[in-house]
Amino acid sequence: MKRHLLDAADLDRADATLVLDTAAQIDQALAGREVKKLPTLRGRTVVNLFYEDSTRTRISFELAAKRLSADVINFSAKGSSVSKGESLKDTALTLEAMGSDAIVVRHGASGAPHRLAHWVRGSVVNAGDGTHEHPTQALLDAYTIRHRLGRLDGVRVVIVGDVLHSRVARSNVWLLSTLGAEVTLVAPPTLLPVGVGSWPVEVSYDLDAVLPKADAVMMLRVQAERMNASFFPSAREYSRRYGLDAHRMAALSGEAIVMHPGPMNRGMEIAADVADSVRSTIVEQVGNGVSVRMAVLYLLLGGASS
Amino acid sequence: MTTLIIKGARVLGGQPADLLLQDGRIAAVGERLSATGADVLDAGGLVALPGLVDLHTHLREPGREDAETVETGSRAAALGGYTAVHAMANTDPVADTAGVVEQVWRLGQQAGLVDVVPVGAVTVGLKGERLAELGAMADSAARVRVFSDDGHCVADPALMRRALEYVKAFDGVVAQHAEEPRLTVGAQMNEGDLSARLGLTGWPAAAEEAVIARDVLLAEHVGARLHVCHVSTAGSVEILRWAKSRGVRVTAEVTPHHLLLTEACAGSYDPVFKVNPPLRTDADVAAVRSGVADGTIDAVATDHAPHAVEDKESEWAQARPGMLGLEQALPVVVETLVEPGLLDWAGVADRMSVRPAAIGRLTGHGRPLVPGEPANLLLLDPAARAVVDPAALASRSRNSPYAGRELPGRVVATFLRGTATVLDGKAQK
Repeated sequence: MKRHLLDAADLDRADATLVLDTAAQIDQALAGREVKKLPTLRGRTVVNLFYEDSTRTRISFELAAKRLSADVINFSAKGSSVSKGESLKDTALTLEAMGSDAIVVRHGASGAPHRLAHWVRGSVVNAGDGTHEHPTQALLDAYTIRHRLGRLDGVRVVIVGDVLHSRVARSNVWLLSTLGAEVTLVAPPTLLPVGVGSWPVEVSYDLDAVLPKADAVMMLRVQAERMNASFFPSAREYSRRYGLDAHRMAALSGEAIVMHPGPMNRGMEIAADVADSVRSTIVEQVGNGVSVRMAVLYLLLGGASS
Repeated sequence: MTTLIIKGARVLGGQPADLLLQDGRIAAVGERLSATGADVLDAGGLVALPGLVDLHTHLREPGREDAETVETGSRAAALGGYTAVHAMANTDPVADTAGVVEQVWRLGQQAGLVDVVPVGAVTVGLKGERLAELGAMADSAARVRVFSDDGHCVADPALMRRALEYVKAFDGVVAQHAEEPRLTVGAQMNEGDLSARLGLTGWPAAAEEAVIARDVLLAEHVGARLHVCHVSTAGSVEILRWAKSRGVRVTAEVTPHHLLLTEACAGSYDPVFKVNPPLRTDADVAAVRSGVADGTIDAVATDHAPHAVEDKESEWAQARPGMLGLEQALPVVVETLVEPGLLDWAGVADRMSVRPAAIGRLTGHGRPLVPGEPANLLLLDPAARAVVDPAALASRSRNSPYAGRELPGRVVATFLRGTATVLDGKAQK
């Protein structure tokens, strides 16, 4: 493993597989244990530096670090020196001076973790940067697919929704194609980036046409602020054309799964009965997130002794 | 005033000749010149060019003297071979009144390193709502002829039309920052494959090209002069070529960085490469180079944009756009146009001195190096190569996109009306 985890695009097949295999080993090691804790990162300090609200990702990283016995500091941009105008660089250097070994950063600006990695000696983990990437989300999604379907090679994954603004979609495109999956993006043309043609994916505007062949369907959250910016005429029209309801779900083949990175807009991109169906892996994804993030922190900080 | 003989300089790259500078003018050009009491400067192997004229410089004074002042920017300009620079209007306060343009002009006179020619804002406060007092700026001591809201586009087509018409009264020109603002909300870099991958909001080429297309039609309709700032796309070059073929009175400039660098620089997320308009693709770079070569693009203009460290040492989206240019403009032109054979030295003089001076209606600059003309010139060592070290620049800021890059050509001396502002590569004050 490299020193940082900044983008999924940067992960080669061997490193990505190592993360997934390590997560599986961690799951096995902890299965059935009363005390779900490993001593691996005792004495190491992990800082969660969150410039955006993200309860689930922050808690997931916090739990992952604590289960590896690391000391965890949560640094939220609200109510901190950041709101007094401190720069990202000064914040990073301050945290490092306090002895942080890894900084897990969530930031609204694409590339902020890359800048951070220039300024600190410790490891940087990208926990979501702007509209760029969210690599641990893609790793946990890949882990979930592999766990449910038993493989990634040749698996047909359909990613539906606001690809243009989605860091989850970007990370999944790179990681899943690295791991041999066949990715199809489905969205209204307004929500696909100019330049999507150079990505290793198929593109479709027609959800109904691609569903029968899908092994996994990943629904992306539609942000409220897109509603009034002419990306699509109305929430209802979006939902009719690109939402996954029970009727559409019936077109899926036997063991196909339905995924969502959360938080969901029930009734918008995903219907409630779909989210709660047996095909849904949404709750499983959350649990897998902790294991995958443990694997990432272990591999970055614990040394790649495996 | 001193008398100086420059020995053996190659005027516009031609055969070695001597130049006698006397009383601020070129007194003689020829072989084996001599004059009693004259200092002698050996210019063997050096190319003599008319002093460069920049149509597009941000000197930041008044308002952001921590980033640049008229004096430090003038020094950077002189070291780059310039004898005149147009100082853009987006200062604080904005140069939208006779008072501010006269202040900038006076500061330039005091610094005495180059002629600082203020650009006046087109609209009050650069807000794009109503015309600034263009006539008052034209009539002021600063004698403003170039008007620009640079940094902002004069987006309102009716207001742009009125501005183009109005400045005809004093032979002015509107220098347009061509950027349709509704197409570039939140834009961070060129829109295309790379922006999609980096997750940075795209700045589409069409946002520049649409405004240029509109403005050349307006300029044609009202018979006015239009100048297009920092042309960055292949499509813009095509539109300009078409407009010129129709006889539209349009001129255009390209920056050194758009001649050399591409959007690939954004891949590092290092905001030193963030600029507006953004760095484009290889195809765009090739198109603007050939545009300069065939004269579709009239001028190389720096868009020298100093920024304080804290405005660049940040996340990409938070950083201010802009990069330094004055001290490396000529080396970049040598690298991108002269060495590949796209432009000879006469062409360099034309695009960096003669035509910019004509666009700005500067009578004392961009003149041929012949007897009787003002002694505004530079001596360049085309064989020298140097690695750019931002810490060694005269600019008060350090945001050079060329840091660590080796570039050809070293400005050995610059003369402003016969007085050396730079000698042996060092500023004389």
